[in-house]
Amino acid sequence: MINFNLKIMLPEIFLFLWALVVIAYDLGTRRRHSRTIGYLTMFGIAVAGVLLALYHGGLSFGSMFQSDQLAVFFKIIFLGSAFMAVGSSFDIAHHKIQHHRGEYYGLILFSTVGMMFLSSASELISLYIGLELTTIPLFVLAAYYKDDKISVEAGLKYMIIGAFSSAILLYGLSLLYGMTGTTDIIWIKIELAKTFLRWGKIGPGLILAFVMIMAGIGFKLALVPFHMWAPDVYQGAPTPITAFLSVGSKAAGVVAFARIFVNGLISFATDVMRPLDWGIILAVLASAAMIIGNITALRQRNIKRMLAYSSIAQIGYVMVGMVAANTMGIASVGFYMFIYLFANMGAFAAATIFHDKTGSDGIISYSGLSKTSPVFAAFLTIFLLSLAGIPPLGGFVAKYLVFAAGIQAGYTWLVILALLTAVVSLYYYVLVVKMMYFSSETPTFQIKPSFPANLVLLLGVVGLFLFGIFPSPILDFAFETAKVFAF
Amino acid sequence: MMLSYTIFLPMVGFLAILFTPKEKIWTVRWLAAIFSFIPMILSFIITYDYFINSSASSAFAFVEGPFEWIAAINVQYFLGVDGISVPMVFLTGLLSFLSIIASFNIQNRVKEYFAFFLLLETGMMGVFCALDFFLFYIFWEVMLVPMYFLIGIWGGPRKEYAAIKFFLYTLFGSIFMLVAILILYFSFDPHTLSIPQLIEQAPMMTRTLQMLCFVFFFVAFAIKVPVWPFHTWLPDAHVEAPTAVSVILAGVLLKMGTYGMLRVSWPMFPEPLRYFSIPIALLGLIGIIYGALVSMAQKDLKKLVAYSSVSHMGYCMLALGAYSSVTAIAGCMFQMVSHGLITGALFLLVGVLYDRAHTREIAAFGGLGVKIPVYTGIMVLFSMASLGLPGMSGFVSEFMVFVGAFGSFKLITALAVLGVVLTAGYMLRMVQRMFLGEFNMAKWGGLTEINTREILTVAPLAVLTIALGVYPSPLSNLMRATLENLVNLMAR
Repeated sequence: MINFNLKIMLPEIFLFLWALVVIAYDLGTRRRHSRTIGYLTMFGIAVAGVLLALYHGGLSFGSMFQSDQLAVFFKIIFLGSAFMAVGSSFDIAHHKIQHHRGEYYGLILFSTVGMMFLSSASELISLYIGLELTTIPLFVLAAYYKDDKISVEAGLKYMIIGAFSSAILLYGLSLLYGMTGTTDIIWIKIELAKTFLRWGKIGPGLILAFVMIMAGIGFKLALVPFHMWAPDVYQGAPTPITAFLSVGSKAAGVVAFARIFVNGLISFATDVMRPLDWGIILAVLASAAMIIGNITALRQRNIKRMLAYSSIAQIGYVMVGMVAANTMGIASVGFYMFIYLFANMGAFAAATIFHDKTGSDGIISYSGLSKTSPVFAAFLTIFLLSLAGIPPLGGFVAKYLVFAAGIQAGYTWLVILALLTAVVSLYYYVLVVKMMYFSSETPTFQIKPSFPANLVLLLGVVGLFLFGIFPSPILDFAFETAKVFAF
Repeated sequence: MMLSYTIFLPMVGFLAILFTPKEKIWTVRWLAAIFSFIPMILSFIITYDYFINSSASSAFAFVEGPFEWIAAINVQYFLGVDGISVPMVFLTGLLSFLSIIASFNIQNRVKEYFAFFLLLETGMMGVFCALDFFLFYIFWEVMLVPMYFLIGIWGGPRKEYAAIKFFLYTLFGSIFMLVAILILYFSFDPHTLSIPQLIEQAPMMTRTLQMLCFVFFFVAFAIKVPVWPFHTWLPDAHVEAPTAVSVILAGVLLKMGTYGMLRVSWPMFPEPLRYFSIPIALLGLIGIIYGALVSMAQKDLKKLVAYSSVSHMGYCMLALGAYSSVTAIAGCMFQMVSHGLITGALFLLVGVLYDRAHTREIAAFGGLGVKIPVYTGIMVLFSMASLGLPGMSGFVSEFMVFVGAFGSFKLITALAVLGVVLTAGYMLRMVQRMFLGEFNMAKWGGLTEINTREILTVAPLAVLTIALGVYPSPLSNLMRATLENLVNLMAR
């Protein structure tokens, strides 16, 4: 008898229904109350958060859906990024989206539900479904400025690449199923161990499967060399969606990666059996991401593109923790994504607010901003410094942890490389700071964010200081998540 | 709780200033003065109390913690001071307050200026008190951000370049320190970040790892010192920075490098230290001679003082190379304090002149002694102190360095003594060209004398420079037990 423990799925079920409520409300009020819909959406996300706190832990649908610590931890990140994306969407929803505002918010919720399912997937099919539910709403959202060529191009590009990478991933997953005869990740691990014990090596089919899965998820994560689509899509999409893409959907990719590789294929990472060390392959990919992401970001003069390339680099740092594939590695990856939520959502929210006011994404237009809008400039500075990993902000602790995990696993060269590229990254993050503070120009405008946008900024800054100086509660939770994996 | 107060009171001042409206310039100035005055007094009390009660043993005094901070990665809140940190805390407290008083003439973006300055003080104090590596690293890095802004906003014509160069250069150095810290952390079971504990354990590491960590730490600290050839950020930063920031740079920041060596890498890795002692002394020698020669060629007064720092910090490196001699290490400490006092004062004085004349070109002046005799007197006093005239602190420290280092490296030390001659050369030539000779009435007729506030900022430094020169034993007594213990650790 399969158990249908629907209680632990309540947050997802509620959020799904709430998305329908939001859309229905929009239709019912003849699309007049753009702010109310926004608040309604934020309220729903908050309620889902409360439900998550109340109902978690356990299995449902047999064991296809597991609400373990790892899932809960990442669900907090997804809900947080959705909350912040919605909060920073108010102004553009008011000014730039005249039609289908309800659907805009509804799609964000649908995508969030997808991420939440994905993080709970314990086997390949539910994992794949979760991934698709995450990305398909995002294709639409990326193209939401219908009259804007760049936005439409972004949506199209994202959809084509997304479908392509899904296909690769699916092929890889089916190969894995074919070789092992099961879709359950734990069983895959056992089957692989058995195969290995019997033959002493792994067949080429499995290696192919494994490479395809890595490529498929690599596309989703915009990991170099699968990153080409990201800057264009990030630039074209509405900025809050870009932020959501770079935090929420990336975190989803990270958790999928952890589930498949660290859990299912862990046997390859141990010293006893190293037929194909995915750690070293990932280390090379991580280095490429850090080098190419950071160096390309140096050249950008558009803040959204700069942040896009920087997020390619940031995923490289996350992968340093993933390479380690030990308790500290998993904890550091979780903590990194948690802090990244505040820093990156904050930075993108600031870019959204600035764009809404001035119509510009050029870094040069930030000249002298500290004189007319000192608080806004200080907040953006804090987000950027956290991304660069300067203490006492959360970004520092996060970087410290992934690097510690890397050193512990013996990847000292990777950590040194990561640190060197972090110095490079400081240059372009500080470029914006330099514009705002050092320029002798005085802008004619003043940035006055709306209430929800201010809330997002404040949430980001408080989060970065709070978890930078007192990271223990979250860090302990992150270490708990690592218990999901048997190292 | 003394140390925590000293570290975090400036931070409280920083927050207080953040919430002060930017129009209230005088409130901001006085807040900054008060919140650096109290830490200064505290640093005096700490020094006095340490001298009376704790200097007989090498144990840490005013210890706070270790308290659990981030349990999952064994980070602790752990503070304490001993004979090598107390003089630095004293210097930081004093120079920070004096610099803030000297900054009262800042007109542009006053609120931000003083806020950043106080944040900087928190960082510096923290570095000298932290006994946990994580905490040490945080303070070390925290300091970079306000420094970046202070140079970048209030600096000279090439401020942006100088600020980013300073930031990137030091950050580049610190990343090696971070890797070394992580290697140390994972090398022992149970994992620890406590500096005293690692000093006990680190010599048990394999030779390769010790070498690696030693080199990594050395790069980080050497960039801060700055040791030739890592010094190129220094002239830029010093010349572009506003006066008070140059004072802090020369007086405190450079010391963090040598302090780090004495606190961390020297006692932690005795074996690599033996291996590298001659190269280190050679780097010191190169710094002394090279810095002096480059100083000699400078046309800009501030650049002259900046390059003289490279030369003077070279004495510290020479002494650090001769790690086995208590005299040499004491000389290094003396030089750190003395250089902080003298160069701090010199930068303040350069600032005083620049405020009036708007140029720092040595050739533009001449015969200033006639017009502004008080200023000239003070300037000559510190020039003499800088070139190591007996009776002033510079002489004591250089003498101790030479005596101490001679036992280890005869030739290198003998060559290093040449540095004294060269220093005398450029300092005296500067004095001659600026203050003696013919006075250009038409150009500098309107030059005004140094005012009371400015005299007050350099007077304590002058008093201390002479006091330490005439009667150095309080400082050496304060450090003796710690240094003897340190030398024993290094001789392991």
